Amino acid sequence: MSVSDIATPQPATSETVHKTIIFDHVSIAFDENVVLDDVSFELNRGETKMLLGVLGSGKSTILKMAIGLVRPDRGDVYLLGHHVNAMKEEDLFDLRRQVGMVFQESALFDSLTVRENVAYRLIEENVPPEEIEQRVREALRFVELEHTIDQFPSELSGGMRRRVAIARAIISHPEVLLYDSPTAGLDPVTSTTIIELLVKQRDVYHTSALMVTHRLPDTFTMASHYFNEKDNHMEPIPPGSPIQAPSSFLLLRDGKILFDGSVHDFVNSRDEYIREYIS
Amino acid sequence: MELRSPSDILVEYLLAIQDYTLLAAQAVANLFRRPRYLNETLMQADSIGVGSLPVVMMTGFSIGAVLALQSSNTLQRFGSLSLTGQLVSLTMVRELGPVLSGLMVSGRNSSGMASELGSMKVTEQIDAMRALGTDPVKKLVTPRLISSTFMLLVLTVISDLVGMGGGWMVARFALGLDSNQYWSTAWQSLVFADVFMGLTKPLLFGFIIGSVGCYYGLSAKGGTQGVGRATTQAVVAASVLIVVVDFFYTKFLMIFMQLH
Repeated sequence: MSVSDIATPQPATSETVHKTIIFDHVSIAFDENVVLDDVSFELNRGETKMLLGVLGSGKSTILKMAIGLVRPDRGDVYLLGHHVNAMKEEDLFDLRRQVGMVFQESALFDSLTVRENVAYRLIEENVPPEEIEQRVREALRFVELEHTIDQFPSELSGGMRRRVAIARAIISHPEVLLYDSPTAGLDPVTSTTIIELLVKQRDVYHTSALMVTHRLPDTFTMASHYFNEKDNHMEPIPPGSPIQAPSSFLLLRDGKILFDGSVHDFVNSRDEYIREYIS
Repeated sequence: MELRSPSDILVEYLLAIQDYTLLAAQAVANLFRRPRYLNETLMQADSIGVGSLPVVMMTGFSIGAVLALQSSNTLQRFGSLSLTGQLVSLTMVRELGPVLSGLMVSGRNSSGMASELGSMKVTEQIDAMRALGTDPVKKLVTPRLISSTFMLLVLTVISDLVGMGGGWMVARFALGLDSNQYWSTAWQSLVFADVFMGLTKPLLFGFIIGSVGCYYGLSAKGGTQGVGRATTQAVVAASVLIVVVDFFYTKFLMIFMQLH
Protein backbone atom coordinates (compact mmCIF):
# COMPACT_ATOMS: atom_id res chain seq x y z
CA MET A 1 0.00 0.00 0.00
CA SER A 2 1.27 3.42 -0.85
CA VAL A 3 0.36 6.57 1.02
CA SER A 4 -1.51 7.93 -1.97
CA ASP A 5 -3.80 4.89 -1.87
CA ILE A 6 -5.44 6.28 1.23
CA ALA A 7 -8.40 8.02 -0.34
CA THR A 8 -10.46 9.01 2.69
CA PRO A 9 -8.91 9.77 6.07
CA GLN A 10 -9.95 7.12 8.56
CA PRO A 11 -9.20 7.10 12.30
CA ALA A 12 -7.67 3.63 12.30
CA THR A 13 -7.57 1.18 9.44
CA SER A 14 -5.38 -1.88 9.08
CA GLU A 15 -3.36 0.03 6.46
CA THR A 16 -2.69 3.08 8.59
CA VAL A 17 -2.02 1.00 11.70
CA HIS A 18 0.58 -1.05 9.83
CA LYS A 19 2.79 2.01 9.44
CA THR A 20 3.98 4.02 12.42
CA ILE A 21 3.82 7.40 10.71
CA ILE A 22 2.32 8.37 7.37
CA PHE A 23 2.59 11.78 5.74
CA ASP A 24 0.14 12.04 2.86
CA HIS A 25 0.64 15.02 0.52
CA VAL A 26 1.40 17.37 3.41
CA SER A 27 2.02 21.07 2.82
CA ILE A 28 2.60 23.94 5.22
CA ALA A 29 3.67 27.57 4.93
CA PHE A 30 4.59 30.07 7.62
CA ASP A 31 3.46 33.54 6.54
CA GLU A 32 4.36 33.41 2.85
CA ASN A 33 7.27 31.02 3.22
CA VAL A 34 6.39 27.54 1.96
CA VAL A 35 8.22 25.10 4.24
CA LEU A 36 6.80 21.76 3.10
CA ASP A 37 5.20 21.26 -0.29
CA ASP A 38 3.28 18.05 -0.99
CA VAL A 39 5.44 15.82 1.19
CA SER A 40 4.56 12.12 1.42
CA PHE A 41 6.46 9.36 3.20
CA GLU A 42 5.97 6.43 5.57
CA LEU A 43 7.81 5.19 8.62
CA ASN A 44 7.71 1.43 9.04
CA ARG A 45 7.50 -0.21 12.44
CA GLY A 46 10.90 -0.68 14.05
CA GLU A 47 12.61 1.52 11.48
CA THR A 48 14.69 4.64 12.10
CA LYS A 49 14.34 7.24 9.37
CA MET A 50 16.99 9.97 9.22
CA LEU A 51 15.63 13.34 8.05
CA LEU A 52 18.29 15.36 6.27
CA GLY A 53 18.30 18.78 4.66
CA VAL A 54 19.71 22.25 4.98
CA LEU A 55 18.64 24.66 7.75
CA GLY A 56 15.01 25.72 7.43
CA SER A 57 14.08 22.85 5.13
CA GLY A 58 11.21 21.79 7.40
CA LYS A 59 12.74 18.81 9.20
CA SER A 60 11.76 19.91 12.71
CA THR A 61 8.32 20.90 11.41
CA ILE A 62 7.83 17.30 10.26
CA LEU A 63 8.54 16.04 13.78
CA LYS A 64 6.15 18.54 15.33
CA MET A 65 3.48 17.71 12.75
CA ALA A 66 3.82 13.99 13.45
CA ILE A 67 2.41 14.50 16.96
CA GLY A 68 0.10 17.38 16.14
CA LEU A 69 2.11 20.20 17.73
CA VAL A 70 1.85 21.91 14.33
CA ARG A 71 -1.07 21.35 11.94
CA PRO A 72 -0.54 21.10 8.17
CA ASP A 73 -2.25 23.52 5.79
CA ARG A 74 -3.02 20.62 3.43
CA GLY A 75 -2.64 16.86 3.47
CA ASP A 76 -3.01 14.21 6.17
CA VAL A 77 -0.75 12.95 8.93
CA TYR A 78 -1.27 9.54 10.54
CA LEU A 79 0.40 8.42 13.73
CA LEU A 80 -0.07 4.83 14.93
CA GLY A 81 -3.20 4.63 12.82
CA HIS A 82 -4.73 7.86 14.10
CA HIS A 83 -5.51 10.72 11.77
CA VAL A 84 -3.58 13.36 13.71
CA ASN A 85 -4.72 16.54 11.99
CA ALA A 86 -8.37 15.53 12.30
CA MET A 87 -8.09 15.12 16.08
CA LYS A 88 -8.84 17.73 18.72
CA GLU A 89 -5.94 18.92 20.86
CA GLU A 90 -7.44 17.34 23.99
CA ASP A 91 -7.71 13.96 22.23
CA LEU A 92 -4.11 14.20 21.06
CA PHE A 93 -2.73 14.20 24.61
CA ASP A 94 -3.51 10.48 25.04
CA LEU A 95 -1.94 9.64 21.67
CA ARG A 96 1.20 11.64 22.47
CA ARG A 97 1.75 9.48 25.54
CA GLN A 98 2.73 6.69 23.13
CA VAL A 99 5.45 8.88 21.62
CA GLY A 100 8.73 10.17 23.02
CA MET A 101 10.24 13.35 21.70
CA VAL A 102 13.74 14.74 22.21
CA PHE A 103 13.85 18.45 21.41
CA GLN A 104 16.79 20.20 19.80
CA GLU A 105 17.64 22.19 22.93
CA SER A 106 16.47 19.34 25.20
CA ALA A 107 13.52 21.42 26.51
CA LEU A 108 13.97 20.08 30.04
CA PHE A 109 11.83 21.79 32.69
CA ASP A 110 14.43 24.03 34.27
CA SER A 111 12.67 24.37 37.62
CA LEU A 112 12.51 20.60 38.10
CA THR A 113 15.32 18.23 39.04
CA VAL A 114 16.56 15.51 36.72
CA ARG A 115 14.46 13.01 38.71
CA GLU A 116 11.30 15.11 38.29
CA ASN A 117 12.00 15.75 34.61
CA VAL A 118 12.48 12.08 33.80
CA ALA A 119 9.53 11.06 35.98
CA TYR A 120 7.27 13.77 34.57
CA ARG A 121 5.06 11.49 32.47
CA LEU A 122 4.79 8.87 35.22
CA ILE A 123 3.82 11.50 37.82
CA GLU A 124 1.12 12.76 35.48
CA GLU A 125 -0.18 9.21 35.13
CA ASN A 126 -0.29 8.78 38.94
CA VAL A 127 2.15 5.86 38.94
CA PRO A 128 3.04 4.80 42.54
CA PRO A 129 6.16 6.62 43.87
CA GLU A 130 8.18 3.40 44.41
CA GLU A 131 7.64 2.37 40.78
CA ILE A 132 8.49 5.90 39.59
CA GLU A 133 11.79 5.83 41.50
CA GLN A 134 12.68 2.44 40.08
CA ARG A 135 11.83 3.37 36.48
CA VAL A 136 13.58 6.76 36.70
CA ARG A 137 16.76 5.09 37.90
CA GLU A 138 16.43 2.48 35.16
CA ALA A 139 16.03 5.17 32.48
CA LEU A 140 18.92 7.20 33.87
CA ARG A 141 21.07 4.08 34.03
CA PHE A 142 20.25 3.52 30.34
CA VAL A 143 21.76 6.93 29.54
CA GLU A 144 24.48 6.46 32.19
CA LEU A 145 23.45 9.48 34.24
CA GLU A 146 22.07 7.94 37.42
CA HIS A 147 24.39 10.09 39.52
CA THR A 148 22.75 13.30 38.30
CA ILE A 149 19.30 12.34 39.64
CA ASP A 150 19.09 15.19 42.17
CA GLN A 151 20.69 17.85 40.01
CA PHE A 152 18.93 20.60 38.07
CA PRO A 153 19.26 20.85 34.27
CA SER A 154 21.29 24.06 34.60
CA GLU A 155 23.99 22.09 36.44
CA LEU A 156 24.48 19.68 33.52
CA SER A 157 26.50 19.99 30.32
CA GLY A 158 24.78 20.16 26.92
CA GLY A 159 25.44 16.49 26.20
CA MET A 160 24.16 15.42 29.62
CA ARG A 161 21.00 17.46 29.15
CA ARG A 162 20.43 15.75 25.80
CA ARG A 163 20.85 12.36 27.49
CA VAL A 164 18.39 13.30 30.26
CA ALA A 165 15.95 14.33 27.52
CA ILE A 166 16.39 10.89 25.96
CA ALA A 167 15.75 9.27 29.36
CA ARG A 168 12.57 11.38 29.72
CA ALA A 169 11.44 10.32 26.25
CA ILE A 170 12.01 6.58 26.72
CA ILE A 171 10.80 6.12 30.30
CA SER A 172 7.30 5.09 29.26
CA HIS A 173 8.66 2.74 26.56
CA PRO A 174 7.01 4.64 23.69
CA GLU A 175 6.20 3.04 20.36
CA VAL A 176 7.71 5.94 18.44
CA LEU A 177 10.62 8.26 19.17
CA LEU A 178 11.20 11.63 17.54
CA TYR A 179 14.73 13.02 17.83
CA ASP A 180 15.34 16.63 16.82
CA SER A 181 19.08 17.03 16.17
CA PRO A 182 20.11 14.97 19.21
CA THR A 183 23.82 15.47 18.53
CA ALA A 184 23.81 19.10 17.37
CA GLY A 185 26.55 21.19 18.91
CA LEU A 186 28.14 18.30 20.77
CA ASP A 187 31.72 17.08 20.62
CA PRO A 188 32.40 13.86 18.67
CA VAL A 189 32.80 11.68 21.78
CA THR A 190 29.50 12.81 23.30
CA SER A 191 27.82 12.50 19.89
CA THR A 192 28.94 8.90 19.62
CA THR A 193 27.61 8.21 23.13
CA ILE A 194 24.22 9.56 22.12
CA ILE A 195 24.16 7.71 18.80
CA GLU A 196 24.99 4.52 20.69
CA LEU A 197 21.95 5.16 22.93
CA LEU A 198 19.74 5.62 19.89
CA VAL A 199 21.07 2.42 18.30
CA LYS A 200 20.50 0.62 21.60
CA GLN A 201 16.91 1.89 21.73
CA ARG A 202 16.35 0.81 18.12
CA ASP A 203 17.89 -2.66 18.42
CA VAL A 204 16.93 -3.58 21.98
CA TYR A 205 13.39 -2.15 22.14
CA HIS A 206 12.71 -2.05 18.36
CA THR A 207 11.26 1.43 18.64
CA SER A 208 10.34 3.26 15.44
CA ALA A 209 12.05 6.63 15.15
CA LEU A 210 12.33 9.78 13.08
CA MET A 211 15.65 11.52 13.58
CA VAL A 212 16.44 15.01 12.33
CA THR A 213 20.16 15.58 11.95
CA HIS A 214 22.76 17.66 10.15
CA ARG A 215 25.59 15.27 10.92
CA LEU A 216 26.00 12.73 8.14
CA PRO A 217 28.63 10.68 10.01
CA ASP A 218 26.05 10.03 12.75
CA THR A 219 23.52 8.77 10.22
CA PHE A 220 26.06 6.44 8.62
CA THR A 221 27.04 5.15 12.06
CA MET A 222 23.39 4.39 12.81
CA ALA A 223 22.93 2.64 9.48
CA SER A 224 26.10 0.57 9.73
CA HIS A 225 26.14 -0.42 13.42
CA TYR A 226 24.07 -2.65 15.67
CA PHE A 227 23.84 -2.96 19.43
CA ASN A 228 25.52 -5.99 20.95
CA GLU A 229 23.41 -6.69 24.04
CA LYS A 230 25.91 -9.21 25.43
CA ASP A 231 28.77 -6.72 25.53
CA ASN A 232 26.47 -3.73 26.06
CA HIS A 233 28.22 -1.96 23.24
CA MET A 234 27.57 -0.68 19.72
CA GLU A 235 29.50 -2.54 17.05
CA PRO A 236 29.86 -2.30 13.25
CA ILE A 237 27.78 -4.83 11.33
CA PRO A 238 30.30 -7.34 9.95
CA PRO A 239 30.29 -7.68 6.13
CA GLY A 240 27.98 -10.50 5.00
CA SER A 241 26.29 -10.65 8.41
CA PRO A 242 22.50 -11.28 8.48
CA ILE A 243 22.17 -8.57 11.16
CA GLN A 244 20.19 -5.62 9.91
CA ALA A 245 20.09 -2.01 11.01
CA PRO A 246 16.57 -0.94 10.02
CA SER A 247 17.41 2.57 8.87
CA SER A 248 16.46 4.76 5.93
CA PHE A 249 17.25 8.26 4.70
CA LEU A 250 14.97 11.10 3.68
CA LEU A 251 16.44 14.24 2.16
CA LEU A 252 14.44 17.44 1.86
CA ARG A 253 15.15 20.21 -0.61
CA ASP A 254 13.10 23.37 -1.14
CA GLY A 255 10.17 21.91 0.77
CA LYS A 256 10.04 18.72 -1.29
CA ILE A 257 11.42 15.23 -0.78
CA LEU A 258 14.47 14.75 -2.96
CA PHE A 259 15.33 11.28 -1.69
CA ASP A 260 13.58 8.64 0.41
CA GLY A 261 15.23 5.25 0.56
CA SER A 262 17.96 3.04 1.95
CA VAL A 263 21.47 4.10 2.91
CA HIS A 264 22.81 2.04 0.01
CA ASP A 265 20.69 3.92 -2.54
CA PHE A 266 21.53 7.21 -0.87
CA VAL A 267 25.26 6.68 -1.03
CA ASN A 268 25.11 5.43 -4.60
CA SER A 269 22.75 8.13 -5.84
CA ARG A 270 23.86 9.95 -8.97
CA ASP A 271 21.81 13.03 -8.16
CA GLU A 272 24.15 16.01 -8.21
CA TYR A 273 22.63 17.66 -5.14
CA ILE A 274 22.88 14.43 -3.12
CA ARG A 275 26.50 13.90 -4.19
CA GLU A 276 27.28 17.46 -3.15
CA TYR A 277 25.37 17.00 0.13
CA ILE A 278 27.33 13.85 0.97
CA SER A 279 30.67 15.36 0.11
CA MET B 1 11.31 50.07 10.60
CA GLU B 2 8.61 48.64 8.35
CA LEU B 3 5.40 50.66 8.17
CA ARG B 4 2.20 48.66 8.63
CA SER B 5 -1.26 49.48 7.41
CA PRO B 6 -3.93 50.35 10.02
CA SER B 7 -6.07 47.42 8.81
CA ASP B 8 -3.21 44.98 9.53
CA ILE B 9 -2.83 46.43 13.02
CA LEU B 10 -6.59 46.17 13.60
CA VAL B 11 -6.65 42.55 12.42
CA GLU B 12 -3.75 41.77 14.74
CA TYR B 13 -5.59 43.30 17.72
CA LEU B 14 -8.78 41.42 16.89
CA LEU B 15 -6.88 38.14 16.60
CA ALA B 16 -5.19 38.82 19.94
CA ILE B 17 -8.58 39.46 21.57
CA GLN B 18 -9.89 36.25 20.03
CA ASP B 19 -6.90 34.24 21.29
CA TYR B 20 -7.19 35.80 24.76
CA THR B 21 -10.91 35.01 24.94
CA LEU B 22 -10.35 31.41 23.82
CA LEU B 23 -7.56 30.93 26.36
CA ALA B 24 -9.64 32.39 29.20
CA ALA B 25 -12.68 30.30 28.20
CA GLN B 26 -10.58 27.14 27.99
CA ALA B 27 -9.00 27.84 31.38
CA VAL B 28 -12.45 28.29 32.96
CA ALA B 29 -13.83 25.16 31.24
CA ASN B 30 -10.89 23.21 32.69
CA LEU B 31 -12.33 23.81 36.17
CA PHE B 32 -14.84 21.09 35.34
CA ARG B 33 -12.39 18.65 33.67
CA ARG B 34 -9.90 16.20 35.06
CA PRO B 35 -7.06 16.06 35.95
CA ARG B 36 -7.11 18.89 38.46
CA TYR B 37 -3.76 20.20 39.61
CA LEU B 38 -4.37 20.90 43.30
CA ASN B 39 -0.68 21.10 44.21
CA GLU B 40 0.06 23.64 41.48
CA THR B 41 -2.99 25.67 42.55
CA LEU B 42 -1.84 25.72 46.18
CA MET B 43 1.70 26.65 45.18
CA GLN B 44 0.40 29.52 43.07
CA ALA B 45 -1.95 30.59 45.86
CA ASP B 46 1.05 30.72 48.19
CA SER B 47 3.15 32.64 45.69
CA ILE B 48 0.41 35.13 44.80
CA GLY B 49 -1.29 35.40 48.18
CA VAL B 50 1.44 35.10 50.79
CA GLY B 51 4.05 36.58 48.47
CA SER B 52 1.99 39.72 47.80
CA LEU B 53 0.86 40.18 51.42
CA PRO B 54 3.62 42.61 52.53
CA VAL B 55 3.26 44.92 49.54
CA VAL B 56 -0.56 44.91 49.72
CA MET B 57 -0.52 45.59 53.47
CA MET B 58 1.99 48.41 53.17
CA THR B 59 0.05 50.01 50.33
CA GLY B 60 -3.30 49.61 52.09
CA PHE B 61 -1.98 51.09 55.34
CA SER B 62 -0.36 54.07 53.63
CA ILE B 63 -3.40 54.82 51.49
CA GLY B 64 -5.78 54.60 54.48
CA ALA B 65 -3.52 56.91 56.48
CA VAL B 66 -3.03 59.44 53.73
CA LEU B 67 -6.76 59.38 52.93
CA ALA B 68 -7.55 60.39 56.52
CA LEU B 69 -4.83 63.03 56.41
CA GLN B 70 -5.89 64.56 53.08
CA SER B 71 -9.59 64.56 53.84
CA SER B 72 -9.21 66.04 57.33
CA ASN B 73 -8.71 69.54 55.98
CA THR B 74 -11.91 69.53 53.94
CA LEU B 75 -13.98 67.73 56.60
CA GLN B 76 -12.78 70.17 59.25
CA ARG B 77 -13.89 73.09 57.08
CA PHE B 78 -17.45 71.71 57.14
CA GLY B 79 -17.24 70.70 60.78
CA SER B 80 -17.49 67.02 59.89
CA LEU B 81 -14.15 65.69 61.07
CA SER B 82 -16.00 62.96 62.92
CA LEU B 83 -16.90 61.42 59.57
CA THR B 84 -13.27 60.50 58.87
CA GLY B 85 -13.93 56.85 59.70
CA GLN B 86 -16.87 56.69 57.32
CA LEU B 87 -14.91 58.32 54.50
CA VAL B 88 -11.92 56.02 54.92
CA SER B 89 -13.95 52.83 55.21
CA LEU B 90 -16.26 53.57 52.28
CA THR B 91 -13.41 54.63 50.02
CA MET B 92 -11.24 51.68 50.99
CA VAL B 93 -13.95 49.03 50.72
CA ARG B 94 -15.66 50.26 47.57
CA GLU B 95 -12.74 51.54 45.56
CA LEU B 96 -9.19 51.86 46.77
CA GLY B 97 -8.84 48.46 48.45
CA PRO B 98 -9.77 46.41 45.36
CA VAL B 99 -8.11 48.70 42.79
CA LEU B 100 -4.83 49.26 44.61
CA SER B 101 -4.51 45.62 45.63
CA GLY B 102 -5.28 44.69 42.02
CA LEU B 103 -2.65 47.05 40.68
CA MET B 104 -0.04 45.87 43.20
CA VAL B 105 -0.72 42.20 42.52
CA SER B 106 -0.81 42.91 38.80
CA GLY B 107 2.63 44.55 38.93
CA ARG B 108 4.02 41.65 40.89
CA ASN B 109 2.22 38.62 39.48
CA SER B 110 1.11 39.39 35.90
CA SER B 111 4.74 40.08 35.14
CA GLY B 112 5.83 36.96 37.02
CA MET B 113 3.39 34.75 35.15
CA ALA B 114 4.26 36.30 31.78
CA SER B 115 8.00 35.91 32.31
CA GLU B 116 7.74 32.36 33.68
CA LEU B 117 5.43 31.07 30.95
CA GLY B 118 7.22 33.18 28.32
CA SER B 119 10.57 31.59 29.22
CA MET B 120 8.98 28.16 29.02
CA LYS B 121 7.49 29.04 25.64
CA VAL B 122 10.70 30.27 24.01
CA THR B 123 12.73 27.33 25.34
CA GLU B 124 10.16 24.84 23.93
CA GLN B 125 9.17 23.67 27.43
CA ILE B 126 5.50 24.31 26.60
CA ASP B 127 5.84 22.18 23.45
CA ALA B 128 7.65 19.53 25.51
CA MET B 129 4.75 19.53 27.96
CA ARG B 130 2.27 19.02 25.11
CA ALA B 131 4.49 16.32 23.64
CA LEU B 132 4.51 14.57 27.03
CA GLY B 133 0.71 14.44 26.95
CA THR B 134 -0.05 17.31 29.34
CA ASP B 135 -2.40 20.17 28.54
CA PRO B 136 -0.42 23.33 29.40
CA VAL B 137 -3.63 25.33 29.85
CA LYS B 138 -4.86 22.83 32.42
CA LYS B 139 -1.52 22.52 34.16
CA LEU B 140 -0.27 26.12 34.02
CA VAL B 141 -3.10 28.55 33.28
CA THR B 142 -6.07 27.23 35.27
CA PRO B 143 -4.19 27.00 38.62
CA ARG B 144 -2.88 30.57 38.15
CA LEU B 145 -6.35 31.82 37.27
CA ILE B 146 -7.98 30.21 40.31
CA SER B 147 -5.22 31.39 42.64
CA SER B 148 -5.08 34.98 41.42
CA THR B 149 -8.89 35.29 41.54
CA PHE B 150 -9.37 33.99 45.06
CA MET B 151 -6.16 35.27 46.61
CA LEU B 152 -6.86 38.80 45.40
CA LEU B 153 -10.19 38.61 47.23
CA VAL B 154 -8.41 37.67 50.46
CA LEU B 155 -5.71 40.29 49.91
CA THR B 156 -8.33 42.97 49.29
CA VAL B 157 -10.13 42.18 52.56
CA ILE B 158 -6.79 42.44 54.38
CA SER B 159 -5.95 45.67 52.54
CA ASP B 160 -9.34 47.16 53.48
CA LEU B 161 -8.81 46.32 57.15
CA VAL B 162 -5.23 47.54 57.24
CA GLY B 163 -6.27 50.70 55.35
CA MET B 164 -8.92 51.43 57.95
CA GLY B 165 -6.23 50.81 60.57
CA GLY B 166 -3.99 53.36 58.85
CA GLY B 167 -6.86 55.86 58.83
CA TRP B 168 -7.45 55.23 62.53
CA MET B 169 -3.77 55.90 63.34
CA VAL B 170 -3.99 59.32 61.70
CA ALA B 171 -7.46 60.05 63.12
CA ARG B 172 -6.40 59.09 66.64
CA PHE B 173 -2.87 60.46 66.88
CA ALA B 174 -2.78 63.30 64.33
CA LEU B 175 -6.37 64.54 64.33
CA GLY B 176 -7.16 63.70 67.95
CA LEU B 177 -10.41 61.86 67.16
CA ASP B 178 -11.91 59.33 69.54
CA SER B 179 -11.18 55.71 68.59
CA ASN B 180 -14.74 54.51 69.32
CA GLN B 181 -16.18 57.26 67.20
CA TYR B 182 -13.83 56.45 64.32
CA TRP B 183 -14.56 52.72 64.31
CA SER B 184 -18.30 53.03 64.85
CA THR B 185 -18.73 55.44 61.91
CA ALA B 186 -16.40 53.24 59.86
CA TRP B 187 -18.47 50.08 60.45
CA GLN B 188 -21.94 51.59 60.53
CA SER B 189 -21.56 53.41 57.23
CA LEU B 190 -20.99 50.17 55.35
CA VAL B 191 -24.10 48.57 53.84
CA PHE B 192 -24.49 45.30 51.92
CA ALA B 193 -24.13 47.00 48.52
CA ASP B 194 -20.74 48.50 49.53
CA VAL B 195 -19.42 45.16 50.73
CA PHE B 196 -20.81 43.40 47.65
CA MET B 197 -19.05 45.88 45.39
CA GLY B 198 -15.84 45.60 47.37
CA LEU B 199 -15.82 41.82 47.31
CA THR B 200 -16.82 41.22 43.68
CA LYS B 201 -14.33 43.66 42.20
CA PRO B 202 -11.27 41.65 43.32
CA LEU B 203 -12.76 38.54 41.73
CA LEU B 204 -12.89 40.36 38.39
CA PHE B 205 -9.46 41.94 38.82
CA GLY B 206 -7.90 38.65 39.91
CA PHE B 207 -9.28 36.96 36.81
CA ILE B 208 -7.81 39.75 34.67
CA ILE B 209 -4.39 39.45 36.35
CA GLY B 210 -4.21 35.67 35.89
CA SER B 211 -5.58 35.49 32.37
CA VAL B 212 -3.64 38.46 30.98
CA GLY B 213 -0.35 37.31 32.56
CA CYS B 214 -0.76 33.79 31.17
CA TYR B 215 -1.91 35.01 27.76
CA TYR B 216 1.14 37.22 27.25
CA GLY B 217 3.43 34.50 28.57
CA LEU B 218 2.06 31.87 26.21
CA SER B 219 2.18 34.32 23.29
CA ALA B 220 5.83 35.24 23.85
CA LYS B 221 8.19 34.73 20.94
CA GLY B 222 11.63 35.91 19.97
CA GLY B 223 13.91 34.75 22.78
CA THR B 224 14.74 36.70 25.92
CA GLN B 225 13.82 40.00 24.28
CA GLY B 226 10.38 38.57 23.51
CA VAL B 227 9.97 37.45 27.12
CA GLY B 228 10.87 40.96 28.34
CA ARG B 229 8.35 42.46 25.94
CA ALA B 230 5.64 40.02 27.04
CA THR B 231 6.32 40.85 30.70
CA THR B 232 5.96 44.60 30.15
CA GLN B 233 2.85 44.19 27.99
CA ALA B 234 1.24 41.94 30.60
CA VAL B 235 1.65 44.50 33.39
CA VAL B 236 0.47 47.41 31.24
CA ALA B 237 -2.54 45.51 29.82
CA ALA B 238 -3.60 44.09 33.18
CA SER B 239 -3.28 47.48 34.95
CA VAL B 240 -5.19 49.37 32.26
CA LEU B 241 -7.87 46.67 32.11
CA ILE B 242 -8.31 46.79 35.90
CA VAL B 243 -8.84 50.57 35.87
CA VAL B 244 -11.19 50.48 32.86
CA VAL B 245 -13.20 47.50 34.11
CA ASP B 246 -13.39 49.17 37.53
CA PHE B 247 -15.12 52.21 36.04
CA PHE B 248 -17.68 50.24 34.03
CA TYR B 249 -18.35 47.73 36.80
CA THR B 250 -18.84 50.53 39.34
CA LYS B 251 -21.24 52.29 36.99
CA PHE B 252 -23.07 49.00 36.36
CA LEU B 253 -23.51 48.33 40.10
CA MET B 254 -24.57 51.90 40.75
CA ILE B 255 -27.38 51.49 38.25
CA PHE B 256 -28.49 48.00 39.18
CA MET B 257 -28.01 48.19 42.95
CA GLN B 258 -29.04 51.83 43.15
CA LEU B 259 -25.83 52.74 44.90
CA HIS B 260 -24.77 56.33 45.33
